[in-house]
Amino acid sequence: MKTLQHFFLSISILGVIGCDAQDHGPAISTPKTLDYSYEIVADSIDIPWGLSMLSATDFLVTEKAGTLYHIVDGVKTIVKGLPPVYVRGQGGLLDVAHSPDYNEDGLIYFTTSSPLGEEKGGHTALYSAQLKKDSLINTSLLYKGDFNTKKGQHWGSRIAFDEEGHVFFSIGDRGNREVNPQDITRDGGKIYRLNRDGSIPSDNPFIDNENSRKAIYSYGHRNPQGMITHPETGKIWVHEHGPRGGDEINIIKPGKNYGWPIITYGINYSGTPITDQTKKEGMEQPLYYWLPSIAPSGMAFSTSDIYPKWKGNLFVGSLRFEYLERLELKNNTVVRREKVLDSIGRVRNIEQGPDGYLYLGVEGKGIVKIIPKS
Amino acid sequence: MKGISLFLIASFTGLSLFLHQQKPLAQSIADGEEIYIDFCMQCHMTNGEGVPGAFPPLANSDYLLDIEKTIYALKFGLKGPITVNGKAYNSVMASQGLDDEEIADVMNYILRNWGNETEEVITEEKVTSVLK
Repeated sequence: MKTLQHFFLSISILGVIGCDAQDHGPAISTPKTLDYSYEIVADSIDIPWGLSMLSATDFLVTEKAGTLYHIVDGVKTIVKGLPPVYVRGQGGLLDVAHSPDYNEDGLIYFTTSSPLGEEKGGHTALYSAQLKKDSLINTSLLYKGDFNTKKGQHWGSRIAFDEEGHVFFSIGDRGNREVNPQDITRDGGKIYRLNRDGSIPSDNPFIDNENSRKAIYSYGHRNPQGMITHPETGKIWVHEHGPRGGDEINIIKPGKNYGWPIITYGINYSGTPITDQTKKEGMEQPLYYWLPSIAPSGMAFSTSDIYPKWKGNLFVGSLRFEYLERLELKNNTVVRREKVLDSIGRVRNIEQGPDGYLYLGVEGKGIVKIIPKS
Repeated sequence: MKGISLFLIASFTGLSLFLHQQKPLAQSIADGEEIYIDFCMQCHMTNGEGVPGAFPPLANSDYLLDIEKTIYALKFGLKGPITVNGKAYNSVMASQGLDDEEIADVMNYILRNWGNETEEVITEEKVTSVLK
């Protein structure tokens, strides 16, 4: 009898694994010939979480454990004066970005896991500051999620700007999926929109909704760690980690519900279902979802002429499979996926520099620049 | 009379301290499982099997036989080449920001699951005694 039970158990486990392993969408391909190489432009950074390139040779890098580096010509200096960083689980010092008007306002923006507040634990915070002689000055707390929790998961967080003076950032569901993502009176599981000075835009979607968090721009997210302004449409593109399967790419629209955890293409890590629903009225469908999960982090479009074959393509780092993924799109549909720099390590971030080159943050390595072979 | 009161207060304080420090093993393992699910499972997977080439297994792991080394890795993080069950890994495990009690709990859970066996009970004091 026991043998029979084991037999059925094995069958059901095989069923789940079979389901999980099926590659969804165009299968990922590996190029036969490599027409690029790479060089490390800043080395010895454990987890290069965020990257903001002030110029091709002058950039800021956040290290998750709580260090902000200013790197000029490959030489690292530690920036002083960071606010408190709460290093816990997936949390720590997260993204960094500079204002689109950096030459005039000198503003940098960063997100961090923050212990500020009355409750124990922490939540994600957005700051702006200026850089003076490798110290932060005029540091300003623009937003702090609450309520704090000691959970280690799902802080987000990425930062992006539109052309209308707004700053967008993400906070993950903070390990409380049953409560946070669908409740607009609480933080977590949201994309937020602020004016660049931290004030709330008067046309934010929930501004007139009593008790809501007025900074919320969209909700129903799990853990968004990729965000980029589309170079042509100006729309905010976001990807988020699914559970097991179901990582998503979404174009963010004001006030919309992206469904987590009511609808998802993923299952629990243990293999048990979260929901049997993948679609529901009033909830947005992703532009693309990954099955199996690649664990996406960082997001960039290539718009330069440095890599002619890649122009207009979307690039996403894979923490799980340790490559950079290149996605070709046609009418907002993913038509081709390819591995770039296979086995390079856990790709935490990807940015297009002001020189048009692509720069990756790779765990244990540092900042890596992709060089086309001529 | 005053002496007796002080004696009683001191005894109760001592007793509660003792009780606080000696969390029952079953409770420590249960708390450790919760820590494991929140902080470890995403990389080391549901049954400690890890991910080949990327995240070493905790199941039947020879690395865990060196308990102090494991505590050190959980407290301060781990990077660079290591060998687990004869296979090479070279990655970064950041410190998860767990306190000493949480590290003791998750160690007690991991060391008694997925084929790992130990007689040793990891206490908060033991974790505190491992220094950088």
